[in-house]
Amino acid sequence: MIPFTTFQSRVVPMPVNNIDTDQIIPARFLKTTSKEGLDKNLFCDWRYETDGTPKPDFILNTPRGQGAQILLAGDNFGCGSSREHAPWALTQFGFRAVVSTSFADIFKGNALKNSLIPVVVSPEVHAKLLGLPEDAQVTLDLAAQTLALPDGTAVEFAVDSFSKTCLLEGIDELGWILKQAPAIEAFEAGRKFSVNTLG
Amino acid sequence: MSSPLRTLSQKVWDAHLVREEAGAPSLIYIDLHLVHEVTSPQAFSGLRSRGLKVRRPDLTIATTDHSIPTSDRSLPILDPIAANQVAQLDKNCKEFGVPHYGVHSEHQGIVHVMGPELGFTQPGMTVVCGDSHTATHGAFGALAFGIGTSEVENVLATQCLLQRPSKTFKVQVDGTLKPGVTAKDIILAFCAKVGVGGATGCVLEYAGSAIRSLSMEGRMTVCNMSIEAGARAGLIAPDETTFEYLKGRPFAPKGAEWDKAVAYWKTLPTDEGAVFDRTVTIDADTLEPMITWGTNPGMGVSITGAVPDPSGIADALDRDNVEKALAYMGLEAGKPVLGRPVDVVFIGSCTNSRISDLRAAAAVLKGRKVDPKVRVMVVPGSMDVKRQAIAEGLPEIFREAGCDYREPGCSMCIAMNGDQLQPGQYSVSTSNRNFEGRQGKGGRTFLASPLTAAATALAGVVADVRSIL
Repeated sequence: MIPFTTFQSRVVPMPVNNIDTDQIIPARFLKTTSKEGLDKNLFCDWRYETDGTPKPDFILNTPRGQGAQILLAGDNFGCGSSREHAPWALTQFGFRAVVSTSFADIFKGNALKNSLIPVVVSPEVHAKLLGLPEDAQVTLDLAAQTLALPDGTAVEFAVDSFSKTCLLEGIDELGWILKQAPAIEAFEAGRKFSVNTLG
Repeated sequence: MSSPLRTLSQKVWDAHLVREEAGAPSLIYIDLHLVHEVTSPQAFSGLRSRGLKVRRPDLTIATTDHSIPTSDRSLPILDPIAANQVAQLDKNCKEFGVPHYGVHSEHQGIVHVMGPELGFTQPGMTVVCGDSHTATHGAFGALAFGIGTSEVENVLATQCLLQRPSKTFKVQVDGTLKPGVTAKDIILAFCAKVGVGGATGCVLEYAGSAIRSLSMEGRMTVCNMSIEAGARAGLIAPDETTFEYLKGRPFAPKGAEWDKAVAYWKTLPTDEGAVFDRTVTIDADTLEPMITWGTNPGMGVSITGAVPDPSGIADALDRDNVEKALAYMGLEAGKPVLGRPVDVVFIGSCTNSRISDLRAAAAVLKGRKVDPKVRVMVVPGSMDVKRQAIAEGLPEIFREAGCDYREPGCSMCIAMNGDQLQPGQYSVSTSNRNFEGRQGKGGRTFLASPLTAAATALAGVVADVRSIL
């Protein structure tokens, strides 16, 4: 994993509540056996007409939606399925953070494993971000856990401490768990009652 | 200080702690890992690139359900991308030694139907699957939740996951369900009450006399949709209904092991006086059949109710959400859903495709004809459900009524396999999600129970099953 670094970006507003994973990447694109190539179908049904032409008024099809790394979404972003294809599609498109007032649990966990930072802000900060001029730059500093706004205010956000360390140091979570093999073996050997009847 | 009194989910959590460290997530052990073709290929690729094995193939079960056609199984899969994905799971399972109940297995089925019915799912277990409806298995008093593909890889490699405990949330459902009101209506009512994100960060426990009265299949329907309120898991304490269901199933404990298991399972229910972070109550006595009107499962009303009027909603984004949903669904504010014409009725999915669901629908359809304008699909959840349905003569009832009775799979719940709505079409569906395009691009979904679905199939419009009971 590549260590996560501070970056500055414009903000792409998508102020819709409860954006579910079926909107982020519709299920018909999950027949792939690879992680790649999902970005072209990110928000597919909002982004394209039935004949495949881009819808001109959808934010990702406008200049504002191009080349930015922060998506500003409505409450409960990522609800629905456990598909990790959602953060894969978002990161492949270029996003490194999604800012919202809340996130669905499974999406949040999946995002953090793919260097996509789910940033939870208050409704007041959310409204302030929505009101920013189109070209305003925001700086995301994961180490400091801050989102610096153009007016100089630094908004703090929470992030799981373990995930933060993994992201900043480029530590691979599976690698870390594999090192716990002795504890896993001890647990398997020492269970008082295992309900498992499969093995 | 944690209380010595613990909830069911806390007991299961505690029994699976491999390593705990202040400030860090806990390492928890997984008893049962269910795998399907959609969320596993990249995880197996990850193992291969790291040179890792599946640590406990004996605790791992695979089936093929999402991408496969529900038409004649003797024919090849026409969609080359789906065929490749299905073949890839076969290949991965062979290479890594994972038992696979594949397309031609006599036990193939939707992962959350075949797992419990074969007795894999048991009380007190931790169960995971790369699928958010893994919450289904909580009906047995297992801590069961959906995971992403990175976590599928972690569990394949180590049989463990890094997790932080969730908040506890009790859903108390007391009273007696009236005729025509089912487990599906309980969970749709709960989702409508708290909203699609209302239980985020929580593990639910369903309790109360109405829950105790449900069959295991009804309990699975309830737990299945925990995620639709944002909860990763939803549990029900194991009791005699649970033990009765499990006894004699192929992978349930046998003989002395059974007695030992039951003794342990009886220790699992929430301690008297244990405190939940949050509680809501639902009155089963006054519950009516429920139906969704919008584009998430929290947007539901009773079948006789009206869709909301967005003009009365203060918050701008919430108002936009309702306006957007009504526009997508082509519905008018303040009007009922009852009586709206539909194009398709879908009876199936991991929520409602078990034998009791098919029996309930068949009882309504028996000796009657569905409206010829409506395509009615009935998709059993597994090969075992299919066999049982044949033994009971259900396929004949469905066919004589004019239904399309199909082979087991996820089918039009997720519309990955060609079973899908056309743009603009309406369905009444017994599945779990009514998101935009969920059942096919541009399709519009009303979620409801198998009884409501069957009554709608006959009427050709959204119907109240109580009028024909």
